[in-house]
Amino acid sequence: MALITVQNLALGYDSRAIVENLNFSVNMGDYLCIVGENGSGKSTLMKTLLHLQEPVSGQILTGDGLRKNEIGYLPQQTVVQKDFPASVWEIVLSGCQSRCGLRPFYTREEKRLAEENMERMSITDLRNRCYRELSGGQQQRVLLARALCATRKILLLDEPVSGLDPKVTAEMYELIAGLNAEGITVIMISHDISAALRYASHILHIGDEVFYGTRNDYLKSNAGRRFMMKQKGGAA
Amino acid sequence: MLEKLSMYMHYPFVRYAVIVGVLIALCSALLGVTLVLKRFSFIGDGLSHVAFGAIAIASVFNLTNQMLLVLPVTIISAIMLLRTGQDAKIKGDAAIAMISVGALAFGYLIMNIFSTSSNLSGDVCSTLFGSTSILTLTKREVWLCTVLSVAVVVIFVLFYNKIFAVTFDENFAKATGTNAGSYNLLIAVVIAVIIVLAMNLVGSLLISALSIFPALSAMRIFRSFKAVTICSAVLSVICAFFGIIISILAGTPVGSTIVVVDVIAFGVCYLIGMVR
Repeated sequence: MALITVQNLALGYDSRAIVENLNFSVNMGDYLCIVGENGSGKSTLMKTLLHLQEPVSGQILTGDGLRKNEIGYLPQQTVVQKDFPASVWEIVLSGCQSRCGLRPFYTREEKRLAEENMERMSITDLRNRCYRELSGGQQQRVLLARALCATRKILLLDEPVSGLDPKVTAEMYELIAGLNAEGITVIMISHDISAALRYASHILHIGDEVFYGTRNDYLKSNAGRRFMMKQKGGAA
Repeated sequence: MLEKLSMYMHYPFVRYAVIVGVLIALCSALLGVTLVLKRFSFIGDGLSHVAFGAIAIASVFNLTNQMLLVLPVTIISAIMLLRTGQDAKIKGDAAIAMISVGALAFGYLIMNIFSTSSNLSGDVCSTLFGSTSILTLTKREVWLCTVLSVAVVVIFVLFYNKIFAVTFDENFAKATGTNAGSYNLLIAVVIAVIIVLAMNLVGSLLISALSIFPALSAMRIFRSFKAVTICSAVLSVICAFFGIIISILAGTPVGSTIVVVDVIAFGVCYLIGMVR
């Protein structure tokens, strides 16, 4: 049984579908990259997978004992966060919130988990710093540590490197690849097709043509070739 | 001056005013941080106009206990504004403006047509600017206010971590299985209760000031959510206390005096923030 199985999924807003007939499954340990043009519905797919919005039709099944509160999520930054007064510690710890249920305060064990994940992302020395004063790369590490507090199994990343400089981008990708190697399943939205091809085990391409398969199959497919041509053309 | 003050403190109505004023300032400052960060600074203003409209209707029907109408109406409006804020057809600020202006107009219209009072503009003025009603509080009202304030503080402390999670990143909270909708609902209800309480003190026009100024001042100086919240509460209590004392000594209107003190405190905090 796969962690997440998507059957005949149609996505969109106000029951108007922008993507139809999505079928794919994500197994434990996979690294799935979702690629496609702007506006093709990548973020909508992510939101639907997270149950933040209802699918137009079709089903999302979870298996392997994956519960709803075991998903870690790295969202794109919101306007609210730009001037939010919060320390790194407060943000990372808030990743444990879903474990609390109705319990008002964090347990010692949850605090230790937050400390471990800060260590893992090497941001322990930033503990009392204010989030909005950190660099883009540091902010992403903080949000990643928070996501790790919420999950041991699966991470959903929405454009984790947008706005980062090339060096920090490379570090971020290595960090994510490291987590994947530790056994955490990764689903990532990316603009960056070359990185997707370097790190991902599976590719989901959405847009006019829908493709789902392993990285090698994608390289041979029509959708893959055309998209890579376009990206190279755009970059030149 | 101190003699004059201690003389005034012998009057129960002055003591009541100070107690109620400080409690309301505390409650509104606690929730104010969340409101400012959620980009809902103006919800206090909007909801207080709704409450004003409800008071107008209640007085036309000669309801003996206006709270029975005012509180539910304000709570419902708060829920509508805060819950649908994210994906509503009419976005947050526009919805607040619409409800606030609409309720204000209806309230004034109804008062104008049906009112039996000889001093209509005086009534309206006192509802909007709070006038002297804080100096005419009864013992029962003081107890009611105390109980509700304690409830607000207890709820805030118990749900502090959840309020932080929902305010900082609602989508993350929802995605990881926190019931963000219910916590937003809770925040909305508490805010409505505070606003109805605070209308007695500063009147509907100045409620926003009471909740946002301490939060904004605290945000100039401090960098973590906990520090900002605590500083905002302390600052608000101090400003309300001195505002009331000054207004009693100088004979100025209570509501506006408190707000002026809040504005001065903001100025000071702004300067401290620049120096740091």
